[in-house]
Order: sequence, then C-alpha cells, then structure tokens
Amino acid sequence: MATSNYYVPDSSYFPIVASIGLIGMAAGAGGMMNHMSAGGEGYAFPHLVFTAGSLLLAFIFFQWFGKVISESRAGMYSPQMDKSFRWGMSWFIFSEVMFFVAFFGVLLYVRQWAGPWLDGQGDKGSTHMLWPDFDYAWPMFNNPAGADFPGPQAVIDPWHIPLLNTVLLMTSSVTLTIAHHALRAMHRGKTIFWLAVTVILGGIFVYYQILEYIEAYTELGLTLDSGIYGSTFFMLTGFHGLHVTIGAFILFIMWIRICKGHFTPDQHFGFEAAAWYWHFVDMVWVGLFLFVYIL
Amino acid sequence: MTTATASHDDHGHHGPAKGIMRWVLTTNHKDIGTMYLWFSFAMLLTGGVMALIVRAELFQPGMQLIRPEFYNQMTTMHGLIMVFGAIMPAFVGLANWMVPLMIGAPDMALPRMNNWSFWILPFAFGMLLFTLFTEAGAPNFGWTFYAPLSTTYAPSSVTYFIFGVHMMGISSIMGAINIIVTILNLRAPGMTLMKMPLFVWTWFITAYLLVAVMPVLAGVVTMMLMDIHYGTAFFDAAGGGDPVLFQHVFWFFGHPEVYIMILPAFGIVSQIIPTFARKPLFGYASMVYATSSIAFLSFIVWAHHMFTVGLPLQTELFFMYATMLIAIPTGVKVFNWVSTMFRGSMTFETPMLFALAFVVLFTIGGFSGLMLSIAPADFQYHDTYFVVAHFHYVLVPGALFGIIAGVYYWLPKWTGHYYNENLGKFHFWMSFIGVNITFFPMHFIGLAGMPRRIPDYALQFADFNAIATVGAFIFGFSQLIFLFLLIKTIRGGEKATDQVWEGAEGLEWTIPSPAPYHTFAEPPHVK
Repeated sequence: MATSNYYVPDSSYFPIVASIGLIGMAAGAGGMMNHMSAGGEGYAFPHLVFTAGSLLLAFIFFQWFGKVISESRAGMYSPQMDKSFRWGMSWFIFSEVMFFVAFFGVLLYVRQWAGPWLDGQGDKGSTHMLWPDFDYAWPMFNNPAGADFPGPQAVIDPWHIPLLNTVLLMTSSVTLTIAHHALRAMHRGKTIFWLAVTVILGGIFVYYQILEYIEAYTELGLTLDSGIYGSTFFMLTGFHGLHVTIGAFILFIMWIRICKGHFTPDQHFGFEAAAWYWHFVDMVWVGLFLFVYIL
Repeated sequence: MTTATASHDDHGHHGPAKGIMRWVLTTNHKDIGTMYLWFSFAMLLTGGVMALIVRAELFQPGMQLIRPEFYNQMTTMHGLIMVFGAIMPAFVGLANWMVPLMIGAPDMALPRMNNWSFWILPFAFGMLLFTLFTEAGAPNFGWTFYAPLSTTYAPSSVTYFIFGVHMMGISSIMGAINIIVTILNLRAPGMTLMKMPLFVWTWFITAYLLVAVMPVLAGVVTMMLMDIHYGTAFFDAAGGGDPVLFQHVFWFFGHPEVYIMILPAFGIVSQIIPTFARKPLFGYASMVYATSSIAFLSFIVWAHHMFTVGLPLQTELFFMYATMLIAIPTGVKVFNWVSTMFRGSMTFETPMLFALAFVVLFTIGGFSGLMLSIAPADFQYHDTYFVVAHFHYVLVPGALFGIIAGVYYWLPKWTGHYYNENLGKFHFWMSFIGVNITFFPMHFIGLAGMPRRIPDYALQFADFNAIATVGAFIFGFSQLIFLFLLIKTIRGGEKATDQVWEGAEGLEWTIPSPAPYHTFAEPPHVK
C-alpha cells in the first residue's frame, strides 16, 4: 500500500513458510532428544524433520532478507521506516540481554546462596543434612553427591585462552569501528579490509573456544554433566559462542553487501545493526571473563 | 502478490484478497488482529472444556470420571492454554486492531513480522495439544512446571512442551517489539506520549514487560531441557544446583507475566468507563504513572509465590512489603475509575456492564491477593483453593472480562453492525452469575484447607465443590451465547455510526464503521 511516508508491504508468503520451518525444527528437535534419551541409536525420523525444518527456515530467511534488501535499495523505505528498524533492533538486543541475565542470575544464586547453604552456612544451612560431607568451594570440584556427579579435576585457566579471546574480541570491536568510520568516509577498500579483519578475529575466537572445550572434555573432566560448575560454564560460554558465530555470520553478510556496493555513508542501517549486535556480544564476553573465568 | 500489486496501483487503496490465502498471507493489522482474536477464542473454548472436565470430576468426592493421571494433564493444559493461548493472544489481537487506529498509524510498524508472530502460535499449540494423544500423555506437572516434577519425574512430552514454550516466546517477543515500535514511531503528528489513549499506554508498558521477561522464560525452559537430556545440574542439588532456583527464575518471569495479563485490561476499562459515564477519565496522568509503577514493582515481588519454600526471614519480609506496595498504584486506578463515574451521565450497555463487573470483581481478587501477600498468613493459604479463587478472580472477571468488554466496545467498529443489546446483556448476566458461583465458594473451601491440584477431597468440602461445578457449567456454556452473538453481528445487524457510542472520543471513532481495510494512509493531525 502506498502512503506518503510509510511503506506497508503487500501480503507475503515468508511468514507462513517460516512458521512451518520453525515447527519442523521444534518438533524435530524434541523428537531427536527424546529418541536420544530413550537410548535410541543413529538417525530416526525426527532427525529428518529437524533437518528439513532448518533448511526451510534458512531458505525462507534468505528470501525474506533478500526482499527487504531489494526494497531498501529500491528506495521504498522512508527515514521513518529506518527508525522502525532501529527501534526494533534495539529492543531485540534488549531481549537478548535479558536472556543472558537469566543465566548470570543462576550463577549468582548458586555461588551466593545455594552452594553455601548446602555447606551448612547461612540462613538455610540446615540443607547441609542432605550431604553432611559436602564442603562448598568455587569452582566446585566436589559435588554434593560425588558418586552421581563426579566433579571436574580442574577448570579453565583464565590467563591463557580466555585472556587471548578477550584480546581478540576487544580488538574486533575496534576494527569494526574503524570499518564503520571508513564506511562513513566512503573509503570502500578500507571498509572491506577492516570488516574482513573483524570477521576473521571472530572466527579465531570461535576456533579457540572450541579448543578450550576440547581441553575441558579430554583433559580436565570439565563437562556438561560434571555438576553445577560445568552446567553454568558451558551454558553461559556456549550461548555466547553461538552468538559470536551468528554475529560473525551477519558481519560476513554485511561484508558481501559492502563488496556489492550496497551501502552509502548515510544509509547503512544493516551494517549498523550488525555492529550493535557485535558490540553487545562483546559486552557479554566481558561479563563472562569476569564472573565465569576470573572470579 | 503480484496480482494484488497490479490491481491497486491506480488508487493506492485496495481491499482484501479473496479466499483462505487472504488470511494466511496477510500483512494487514486488522486481518491479523482478527486472526489473533478468533484463535484465542478457540483456545478459550478448548481450555474451557478442560476446566469443565476438572470441575465435573470435582462435583463429588471420590474418583468418578477420569483417572488422576489425566486429571493432572487437564489442570496443566488448562492453565497453559488459558495463559499463553487465550488471554495473551486476545490482548495482542486487540492491540493489532486498535493501536494503529488509536494513534493514527497506517498499519503496524513491521507488518510481515506481525503475520509471523501470529502464525507461529497455531503450530505451537498444535504441538502442545498433540501430546494429549501420545502414549506418554500431555504435560502433567502444573502450568508452573516446577522442577523436579517437570525434569526428573516428567513424561517425555515435556520436551515438546519446552519447544512449544520457545515458539510462544518467539511469537510474544516479536509481537511486543512490533507494538513498541508502532507506538514509538508511528504516532500521528501531535499525538504526544501524554495524549495517547490509555489502552495504548498500558499496552506499551505491557510490551516492555514482555520483551524483558519472555527471554527469562526461554532461559529457564532451556535449563530444564539441559537437565533432562544433557545431564546438567541446574535444578538438582546432588550436582550443586537447587530446585528452588527453578522457582526463582520461573517467578522472575511469572510475576511480570501476571501484569502482562492484566495491564491491557486496565487500559480497556479506562477507555470504556469514560465513554459510558460521558466524562473524561479522572486522573489521566496518575493512571500512566500508576501503570508504570506496577510494571516496576512487578520485577521485585516474585518470591511472594514462594513464601513456604524455605526462604531466609529477611527475604520473606522484603517480598512481603514490596508486594503490599502494589496495592497503592492499583488503588489509584480503582479510585480513578470510580471517580470517573462519579456524577457522570451513566448508561449501562454491555461493554460498560463488563467494565463495571471488572472493577468490582477484580478488586475482590486484588484484596485476596493482599491477604496472600502477608507471609505468615500465606503459610496457611499456600497451595489451597484460596489461591485458586484469588487468581481466577483476577484472571476471569479480571483479564477475560476486560477482553470481552473490549470486544463488545469495538465490535461495531470492526463489523459495522451493532450487536443485539439484549443478547449481550443476557451473556453478561449469565457470565457474571456463573463466574461468582464458580469461584466465590473456593475462598471458603480454601480457607478451610482444601489443597489445589488434587482430584479427590475430604467429605466436608463436598457442598461447595458441587456448587462451584454448577457455576462452572453455567459460565462455560454462557460463552456459546457470546459465540452466537459474534457470528450474528458479523453477518448483519443495525448499521453502526462512525462514532458508534454517543460519548466515545478518539481517532478510532473518526473513521467509518466498519473500519476500511486500510486506514490513516495519510496521518491525521491531532490537536
């Protein structure tokens, strides 16, 4: 529909196909996990559903975002529309922040209250009677029921890979800002170079994160099922790593778009949104480095 | 899509596409609002049937109709469907229809995403309902899904439940972002924030709450998933976790969720009462500030759901006093509604009747909430039918009556026809009588000690339970009157004027009835 200053798209098949893809992923993943926990081996029907759903969702997102890009390049989006995207992205990032808040909150609760109480300290120390031999310490090498939950022998040393990863991500934030300034100044070659550096730094980060996980599993006995330390460690760093991967992928798409000459010094919200996301992922890492690795 | 584009270029306006694909592919806020409303009505009837199965079993002591395992599935599914399938989507549907009309916007800010928010829901609830027919049975751990009932001891359908909750969360977050962006960015020139109708204001704050807490719900079900399938120990003390931790994270979501289900109803009632009292709303600014205060307080009161779980004394005290504070902004609201009516030229059409019943009955639910907030008293009330009476008073004659009042109020604008007033009043009185017969006796049996979520009970509770069951059937079947009335009004009836109600004010009443497919292509100027 044509209005003087706001573009309202005509009917679209993207959302319904995306919904079908999403239910395929959800039902498929549910079936896969139940299959696994019931002791099922190999691949079963749910794996097929999950794969098909994921591919369908990926395909339709490719089309959907492609359509948005072509509409944007056709000049159909007014400055007011641009503002909608900005607000939308800001609130999306806020929702992501709240997702991580839940996991950081769990870490705080376990370390500040649940752990000491199990050890007999504080207001609810009577829970010590459950496992009288349990002594609370963080990292928790000895879990309350050590026979069911063998704890890790050691945890990741923050001053090796995590420190390196901190430097990598902080640097990537700087290189991304350099790329942004270059984009504003219409230095296309410089933009392409520094954005590529950012993506590569993100890739190296993920590579080291994988190395760290391998070390945790093969040498330290630090696993998902090694008690609450492993639970919080892997869920927090895992979801962060997933976000780095997604963020790097988005930046890579922006790199392709810049190579194609999509952006102008004034109009490049796609790039800015990706940059906001990247800085958000960076900030989460600072929290992780402090509260998961160092303290 | 291409044909639609080709056919409308001359005028810049076009009507809806034909056939079923109009609804599947639509990006129109009115179509999407209609789909949300019909979906939530279908879920209301589905969840209602489950409630009637529960009440039929409780008609007499002893086990008559169903097995205890199935009873647990019914209470769980009833709660989940009513909260996530009936109340929340109904409010989103009303927001879709009315927010753009009230602020003079051409549509929602992100129309394609709007369609996606809706179409996720039927699939998510389809998956949830499908578990009823599997061998393991549907989720049976209560709608609050406390660990370890929902982890260690859960049926395998819990995995589908978790992914269903993820899908509902995605839908809610996208819907909420859409509403926030529409309100922040698409207001007509001159429509300053403090000129927005209260329904828009309350939805704005509700959407903020949704974006803030739905991710926390996603987090807590993800932790459950990991505990169940990947051996983590979040809610298992044997590995250093804590089952109480589940309750903390859940209620950090759950308490704001309670306000998500009532704030838009506050907004609807604040639209309706001034119209039928023919006076402007008393204390507009204080309504906005009261709503904001309630939203803020909702984040720091969650542990009042957990008074008996074993919290340190100072924690109990903090959450008790913080909870009591909520009575202040809520009292401001009730005072303002009553003051709006004071010396007004009142008439009592159906929307007004539902709004009045809302004010009275929601206040009863508020007062029983105040009783429950007293920690030492809550040790007696916890997990009894008193709690069931309390939250049904705020959710049924509260949230649901608010929704129904809104539907009656805006129905002539949507359909272009007045509904049959006598039939509407009949629906109101049957609902009003039914809801009170159902839930008022629950206060008594709760105070006398009848526990909730148990399919059998001691003999001394028999009379009140029988009465409640009769009331539930009256209330449940009264909603068929509503269904009949809706269909009748859509198909025909007295032609509605543009203003619809004599005392109605606002942008939505300046456009024709029924509202054209596209409105405010050029934004109006608000003085």
